[in-house]
Amino acid sequence: MKKKVLTVDDSRTIRNMLLVTLNNAGFETIQAEDGVEGLEVLEDANPDVIVTDINMPRLDGFGFIEGVRRNEKYRAIPILVLTTESDAEKKNRARQAGATGWIVKPFDPTKLIDAIERVTA
Amino acid sequence: MDMNEIKEIFFQECEEQLAELESGLLRLNDGDRDPETVNAVFRAVHSIKGGAGAFGLDDLVSFAHVFETTLDCVRSNRLEPTQDVLKVMLKSADVLADLTNAARDGGGVDETRSRALIGELEALARGETPVASEAPATKPAAPAHQAAAPAPAVETPPVNDEGFQPIPFSFDDFGDEPPIEPYVPTCEIVFRPKKELYAKGNEATLLLRDLSRLGEMSIYCDMDRLPSLAEMNPEEAYFSWKISVTSDKGEDGVRSVFEFAEWDCELDIRTVEEETVGEAPAEDEELPMQPVPFDLSILDEEAPAAAEDEEPAVADGDAAAAVAAAETATRIAQAASNASRAAAETAKADRAAAAAANAAAANNQAAGQTIRVDLDRVDRLINLVGELVINQAMLSQSVVENDNNGTSSINMGLEELQQLTREIQDSVMAIRAQPVKPVFQRMSRIVREIADVTGKSVRLITEGENTEVDKTVIDKLAEPLTHMIRNAVDHGLESPEKREALGKNPEGTVRLTAKHRSGRIVIELADDGAGINREKVRQKAIDNDLIAADANLSDEEIDNLIFHAGFSTADKISDISGRGVGMDVVKRSIQALGGRISISSKPGQGSVFTMSLPLTLAVLDGMVVTVAGQTLVVPLTAIVETLQPEASAIHSFGASQRLISIRNSFCPLVDVGRILNFRAMQANPIEGVALLVESEGGGQRALMVDAIQGQRQVVIKSLEANYTHVPGIAAATILGDGRVALILDVDAVVAASRGQSLKPETSLAATG
Repeated sequence: MKKKVLTVDDSRTIRNMLLVTLNNAGFETIQAEDGVEGLEVLEDANPDVIVTDINMPRLDGFGFIEGVRRNEKYRAIPILVLTTESDAEKKNRARQAGATGWIVKPFDPTKLIDAIERVTA
Repeated sequence: MDMNEIKEIFFQECEEQLAELESGLLRLNDGDRDPETVNAVFRAVHSIKGGAGAFGLDDLVSFAHVFETTLDCVRSNRLEPTQDVLKVMLKSADVLADLTNAARDGGGVDETRSRALIGELEALARGETPVASEAPATKPAAPAHQAAAPAPAVETPPVNDEGFQPIPFSFDDFGDEPPIEPYVPTCEIVFRPKKELYAKGNEATLLLRDLSRLGEMSIYCDMDRLPSLAEMNPEEAYFSWKISVTSDKGEDGVRSVFEFAEWDCELDIRTVEEETVGEAPAEDEELPMQPVPFDLSILDEEAPAAAEDEEPAVADGDAAAAVAAAETATRIAQAASNASRAAAETAKADRAAAAAANAAAANNQAAGQTIRVDLDRVDRLINLVGELVINQAMLSQSVVENDNNGTSSINMGLEELQQLTREIQDSVMAIRAQPVKPVFQRMSRIVREIADVTGKSVRLITEGENTEVDKTVIDKLAEPLTHMIRNAVDHGLESPEKREALGKNPEGTVRLTAKHRSGRIVIELADDGAGINREKVRQKAIDNDLIAADANLSDEEIDNLIFHAGFSTADKISDISGRGVGMDVVKRSIQALGGRISISSKPGQGSVFTMSLPLTLAVLDGMVVTVAGQTLVVPLTAIVETLQPEASAIHSFGASQRLISIRNSFCPLVDVGRILNFRAMQANPIEGVALLVESEGGGQRALMVDAIQGQRQVVIKSLEANYTHVPGIAAATILGDGRVALILDVDAVVAASRGQSLKPETSLAATG
């Protein structure tokens, strides 16, 4: 069965790149544009793994991750953070919010798929 | 979708982000201190950087990075966004826009400028940052792995305390491992997950799987801490592992496996000598334990791993590990499924609530939903609707001609059709309508640049940015507006010193306003500068032979002289507003859009340029008239009134000029047929109709036509595109009976008639 990935990113460019990369790698991809939408579609999307940006309008990545972790059904889902900020402080905040791991933008397809494979069975 | 398409989308997105960036910065400049404004500005730059990185646009990335870093200082209140700071940022926004354009269209940018700004931005970030070394601007962006690999924060207890009893374990599932080289290092790892590791979606089994991929591995599971079922908390992490991996990747390879997990576990990794591998520490025997061999086949696709359905709700990674861990594991799983049932109940209730929330959200979304449509498709639709309008008019006409009683149901149907056609047309036009905001935003950059060059201090105020007008009009508006703004700052505003001496605010104001007025969009550009120096303009006009030395002109007429070809009041053509182009070019561009421009000025208080443009270039309300046997359309917007001249009102003036007296004032009478060379001799005004029109140049003219046929909406067909430009004619249209009619360019005709009072240069050809 295809693994389902929910991506949350406000940038159209990044959304498209994720879509192409993930579809090419054989994943089913569901996309949301910000944290609020991400939480809204979570139930219907029923993803196996989530890839989310940090800097987003309405609800940022930290808030989104906390929201997912509060959800009884999805609180143990692997969440990868997409970020251009590679400094440890940002990563720590993401971890404190409950992120499983991270991918540093600009990502290349291998890096992205590797990270997803790492956190999913 | 391929990469090129994504790139195209990226550049579109950049444009939006740049607009967002600039408007945000301008809001900050106006004293807006809403954190969301700063965030939006930061996000804009961040987003551009992210996309640029994906496409390897290094120049863009490095500039955006420095910019972002400085913005981050503002965001985290380490840097006060003062006017000076914002000035640098606005300039940086301009450079970012240049870099984006350069990345899209090729071509270079002003590198000195961008380097200088990078310096300024870095100085800002440094200057206000308490600990300089912490400012990211001062260090290069560290690759993820380096930055992410500090030593584990938790002190790992010595292995000795653990007391593992090793049980050899073979990995048939991973049998394709390379043969072990003699010098391949072996790592011994003690891995004790904390419950946080599972809470964050990490999974001990997956980490062990990744370890097994590094090389030859043996694992011992310590279940010593596993309590009795009654005391067991499904959220807690009870297992720990001792692992021995022999891999050419070495300790670094092992560490990288734990990259995501190292905060949430106790981890001790050390490289050991080959011969000690597999030997358990002697202390192992001291404590009675239940070490269990660990089977990674649990991770096979078919295995009923905890990954299915409700199981993850328990959030207990140990449950997965336990499946393989003999009897004890079964008990854990039972506990887990009990817990999961409870969780599932809760989840069900949550789902219902979430569904309701989703529906509400969907409704909200519908309100502001947009789609992107290729402009060509819209244009095609507009063309088709244009044809439909013509066709409907033709149909109406032929029905009227053939159906004399006028009561049939056909007539009723036609009326409805007409109504519908009109509505369709309006709706289609609305698709093309766009707010003037993007153009107005571009102007703020123009103002900044010219203020810099001239050393003047200028504030641009824009109003009515959301006024909508046809996209074609917007696209063509930028150039004349740019020129006028340059003019206003360069020629209109005085230097700060002079303004101060005059008791004015040293900072000049340029106000750009857009509004709808009677079916047109009116754009005003007002400055609070010196106003038109009429003496100078008049002298210049005389010097250039534009007017006779003794010509008696009203103030308004003098002001409007600046629109004449080759007229420039600056004694030297300056590099900024000059460029060899005068206001006549501006006027011509506005006229080409079917618009009018005029100026009013008060000495010492400034000038106001007013442009009035049609909302669309596709349709026009016109008066259909007959001139010398030809059918012409006169734009209704130009006509003030129509009247039937009486013989007593016509007065001859000079050889060929005639005036008409209207309510005690005299207005030049212009024979349209004569101007357009439809006839050789002037027609008798008494036999025709006079259309009183107001032209941009100021003043009214009475256009003489033979008869009025009616008033109707016509679809504009460009004459240039299908034939060639004809002086005095703005465009053509197709009438209801299928005939082509020309649309009169009122201003050109009026200007041509004025050629009799002015010098011949301003003839039809020059102004058409």
